[in-house]
Amino acid sequence: MIQFDGVNKVYDDGHQVLKNLNLEIKQGEITVLIGPSGCGKTTTMKLINRLISPSSGHILVDGQDISTVDPVALRRKIGYVIQNIGLFPHMNIARNVGVVPRMLKWDKARIASKVNELLSMVGLDPRIFGNRYPSELSGGQQQRIGVIRALAADPSIILMDEPFSALDPISREQLQDELIRLQHELKKTIVFVTHDMDEAIKLADTIVLMNDGEIVQAGPPERILRHPANDFVKSFIGQKRMQLEHPLRGSLPVASDVMVESPAVASPTRGLAEAVKMMEKRRVDSLLIVDKGNRLVGSVSIYQVLDHYTDESKTVADVMKPIEHAVKTNTPLSVALQLMSAHQLPNVPVIRDDNEFVGLITRGSVVSHLAEVYSEESGETANVG
Amino acid sequence: MWADYLEFWRDRYPDLLTAAREHLTISAVAILLGVLVAVPLGIYLSGNRKKWVHSVIFTIANLFQTIPSLALLALLIPLLGIGVKPAIFALFLYSLLPILRNTYAGFQSVDPSILESARGMGYSRTQQLLQIQLPLAFPYIMSGIRLTTVYVISWTTLAALIGAGGLGQLIVSGIGVNRTELIVSAAACAIVLALLADRLLGALEKHLSKRARTSKSEASLI
Repeated sequence: MIQFDGVNKVYDDGHQVLKNLNLEIKQGEITVLIGPSGCGKTTTMKLINRLISPSSGHILVDGQDISTVDPVALRRKIGYVIQNIGLFPHMNIARNVGVVPRMLKWDKARIASKVNELLSMVGLDPRIFGNRYPSELSGGQQQRIGVIRALAADPSIILMDEPFSALDPISREQLQDELIRLQHELKKTIVFVTHDMDEAIKLADTIVLMNDGEIVQAGPPERILRHPANDFVKSFIGQKRMQLEHPLRGSLPVASDVMVESPAVASPTRGLAEAVKMMEKRRVDSLLIVDKGNRLVGSVSIYQVLDHYTDESKTVADVMKPIEHAVKTNTPLSVALQLMSAHQLPNVPVIRDDNEFVGLITRGSVVSHLAEVYSEESGETANVG
Repeated sequence: MWADYLEFWRDRYPDLLTAAREHLTISAVAILLGVLVAVPLGIYLSGNRKKWVHSVIFTIANLFQTIPSLALLALLIPLLGIGVKPAIFALFLYSLLPILRNTYAGFQSVDPSILESARGMGYSRTQQLLQIQLPLAFPYIMSGIRLTTVYVISWTTLAALIGAGGLGQLIVSGIGVNRTELIVSAAACAIVLALLADRLLGALEKHLSKRARTSKSEASLI
């Protein structure tokens, strides 16, 4: 277990990169530190192997304050993988992997068998790859070596600083999968720094989201996705992913999902008294006027009808207003809502591609759609009303 | 004409050999001193962050390079007199810049991420220097030394002017007594020496790099 206890880090220029950091990293888990660049995630990681020293506060590894441990000895007990891989170009793969065991003065046979075991573990034949040099390997293979080199001396803690971010997407996926598989067997305490939320969600047992030197939210990926602590977390997770987590499975709602399907309509020849009666019956304050082909011609509100009510000769066609705004069935809800708010519309009709009128989006229909979505997502909200 | 040369070599080859030996000694000592000073200085500069230290050291090294060799030898006479010592000193000054530059460039060429991973894995400062930086910078340092060797050997001929001996001595006498064979033979000897030295160092570089790559323990490089 790694504990950060009131850790601050202030650089000489006065810039405070970490502000009173308190964090507990659990044994045998992958903890992902994530945040925008400059948030202090890499600094936090480098404090663990004393590549950076805190300005104040303590870091404890298994209960021991690491400031009392010789940094070189400490680092040999902690695996370290960096973004740029950092294999030694003048050593072959076998010697690269065996670097830390050699420094720890293991005997040769033990080093050789460990190196072979690790190479086999990531699917690289030791007889073929052991004698090659880093430049003869692909990027993905090189970083596999980077990872197993960190595992060589069997450290209980491994620090990984954006290890896969420089790789092509396919290698990255493969290495992530391999890391998950390795971790399943090895159960190391892994501190993994990334700026990629997809990677964090895929790998993490615990995500620690940081911003501006502080922890914004820490917890399992599921909890962070479902209960983002604030707007920063939401924006960092990203709208797209929130919708993916949504019961609609990523499909953005469109006008036809939200509309009322049988709104109150009337034909243009209706008299005003009939219109009032219909409104009364449907409990609405306006009617949409459609012709025989079910095409929209206008709308009347109760006020327009009542203004001319005394004139018995008039029909709704005489008092109606033309329709200025309508949306298609496949128009995204967001566009429809923007239209409504931009023009102060109480509602907006939905028409098909052939201009046939099919429904109406009202403020009420939007609210009931959202209520549906959220009650499906969590049972609690349904009981509130 | 060839007969003249053959006869000349038969009569004078002990002189040529002695001169060549002197020549080589002067060059070798100068280069060795140059390496001993310039390599550590280059290493120091590569780790040094103060800009002004860089400019001061490189300016001084550059300055020595710009003084015409004959003038430098003349200037050293009041300080060190004549003979082997001032000659070696002057050549040593010349050797500084190329070795320094190459050592510095070699250390600069080491990818910082390699050093970061070395540090993160628990290499001590000395281990980083000896096991990572030096082997990686080695080809650069060697090419600096080879370059320097070739032209220090050729400049050593000038050292004869302040009485340091060597092949230059034979050339100077050749001019004095107007004997072409003497001049040409001594010059040829100097050329052969330079080429041989370059080849030898090239082979040494190859051998050491190979050893660094294949040795069982990095410590063997030290």
